[in-house]
Amino acid sequence: MSLHTEYSGPHAQARSGPQVAAPPPRNSRHAAPGAARRFLSWLDLKAAPYLLVSPYFLLFAIFGLFPLGFTLWYSLFDYELTGEQEWVGLGNYSELLADDQFWKVVVNTLAMFVIATVPQLLLALMLANALNKRFRGQLFVRMGVLLPLVTSVVAVAVVFTHLYGRDWGMVNWLLGLFGIDPIDWKAERLPAWLAVSTMVDWRWTGYNAIIFLAGMQTIPRDLYEAAEIDGASKRRQFWQITIPMLRPTIIFVVLNSTIGGLTLFAEPMMFYGGRIQGGSDNQFQTVAMFIVEKAFSNFQYGYASAAAWLLFLMILIGSAINFMLIRRIGGRK
Amino acid sequence: MTTLTVRRDTPGARRKRTHRGGAGSRIWDATPLTKVMLAFTIIVSAFPIYWMIVIASRTNSDAVDIPPPLLPGGNLGENIVRVLNDPDAQFLTGLTNSAIVAVSVTVSVVIISTMAGFAFSRLRFRGSRVLLLAVLLTMMVPIQQMGVVPLYRLMVELEWTGQLKAVILPYLLNAFGVFLMTQYTEQAVPGELVEAARVDGASTLRIWWNIVLPAVRPGMAVLGINTFMITWNDFMWPLIVLAGNPTVQVAIRNLNAQHSTDYVMIFTGTTLSVLPLIVVFLVFGRQIIGGLMEGAVKA
Repeated sequence: MSLHTEYSGPHAQARSGPQVAAPPPRNSRHAAPGAARRFLSWLDLKAAPYLLVSPYFLLFAIFGLFPLGFTLWYSLFDYELTGEQEWVGLGNYSELLADDQFWKVVVNTLAMFVIATVPQLLLALMLANALNKRFRGQLFVRMGVLLPLVTSVVAVAVVFTHLYGRDWGMVNWLLGLFGIDPIDWKAERLPAWLAVSTMVDWRWTGYNAIIFLAGMQTIPRDLYEAAEIDGASKRRQFWQITIPMLRPTIIFVVLNSTIGGLTLFAEPMMFYGGRIQGGSDNQFQTVAMFIVEKAFSNFQYGYASAAAWLLFLMILIGSAINFMLIRRIGGRK
Repeated sequence: MTTLTVRRDTPGARRKRTHRGGAGSRIWDATPLTKVMLAFTIIVSAFPIYWMIVIASRTNSDAVDIPPPLLPGGNLGENIVRVLNDPDAQFLTGLTNSAIVAVSVTVSVVIISTMAGFAFSRLRFRGSRVLLLAVLLTMMVPIQQMGVVPLYRLMVELEWTGQLKAVILPYLLNAFGVFLMTQYTEQAVPGELVEAARVDGASTLRIWWNIVLPAVRPGMAVLGINTFMITWNDFMWPLIVLAGNPTVQVAIRNLNAQHSTDYVMIFTGTTLSVLPLIVVFLVFGRQIIGGLMEGAVKA
């Protein structure tokens, strides 16, 4: 902002000057012929914006449009291990829809998404509400809350996988103190989903809380003070003021979580010792893992590509549903 | 776009609010219950990291002890030596590779996004709205997961598999960065300032370099830290394309696959991989949180 004052002089002159198009005299020492110079500055005005955005769109073409388009193209072929390819039209898609493993990984992905995201967002909202209060050591507390984010996904998965170990994991030990028999977390679907979901939640709850906190701080405090005078309870204030006013932030966070949750990959992979199958019977394999397994273990490029497009469809539908749900929540004020 | 313009003036409003004290604002004091909840959250947040260090500083028999050990031991140094010297894991290679990849991606993404953000927010050109819309739409597409097959085959064609550029180049495409810098420039660089500089005869690139860059430096820092962390943590694409030349995340996965019962070794590797990020976080915590919150409100 200091720039503003620095430039206010010439700026003011420019405003008061009669014609913007006339070349300022101080530049005359460049001694270029007027027409050529005007052409250059016209070129600068017209071409420079494209020059500035061109690196992004060049990358976009090569690493965005090209892979997306070719994924669609590949999905219409059947690839043999020998490198032969055969046009099958929508064959891969109909085969996927009849593939038990595919449905299994879709259910796994959706289940882990719901188990991880719903409590996570509720917790993050509560946590943000707490962070929005006045207390000492604010920076320290916020850093503490955000600490899980700066660890790596793989690290989180390694530590949690050990915590969830069947024979000497800390979770089973703690449960044992309450007389609960050890759980084989990887063996069954539900325990495995829960274990993977806690990894996701541990890492992302604090981050989402900080994002919600940022949104909460833009809500005018007068609203709460007025509600307080009117005798509204804290709970009522939270649901009637905070949640509706926070709607844009909630939409942002939910859409982010939807994309992240439906493309879950590292946590379930590391939970099975870094292997792609997601359990002995694919109990916790996700769609993203399925795609990688089909493409790079089985070399079924067409099949994997079709699965990638179905994943994208899932993300679009999931985002649309969540978007509409949240709009309804906000509209209830 | 309209919501964004409305929100541009909120930081000022927020500042005003904090100045207001008095008896009426006592409802904002944290109750004991709130403080307990916050303390509990911090313990839960810190515990897995603490425990990772505990195991990394002990022996394998401690790692499977019941009840589990809760205090660090004295073996951290020798464990680190053991991890770094393990030929299968290529741990040092992993750390170096990750540093190279993360730094190159971060620097390039920040520059590319700042350029495009300036053009989208402060320059008028034909097709800018359509192009910006294309950027916003790609934010919704997980390109790295979706396009993984053609991307891989492209890298095979180029004979780039196993080389760091195969990981760096696709990650330079960062729609969020362009979006963030467009928002940030719009707010930090007044349009009149750009016009004034133009009247003074400055070229567009000169305006970008001399006026825009200094003004958007905080936004660049936020984007940079964000990009660094995401790149450092990336797992799926390096795993697929960098056979034999791992990044640090892939190195941990390899450690895990090859020494699945050598917990101390795995945890020491994990600790080493997390340490650089934690150091960055402890040093720049205030800026990271400030930037994160600012970015959230603007997005």
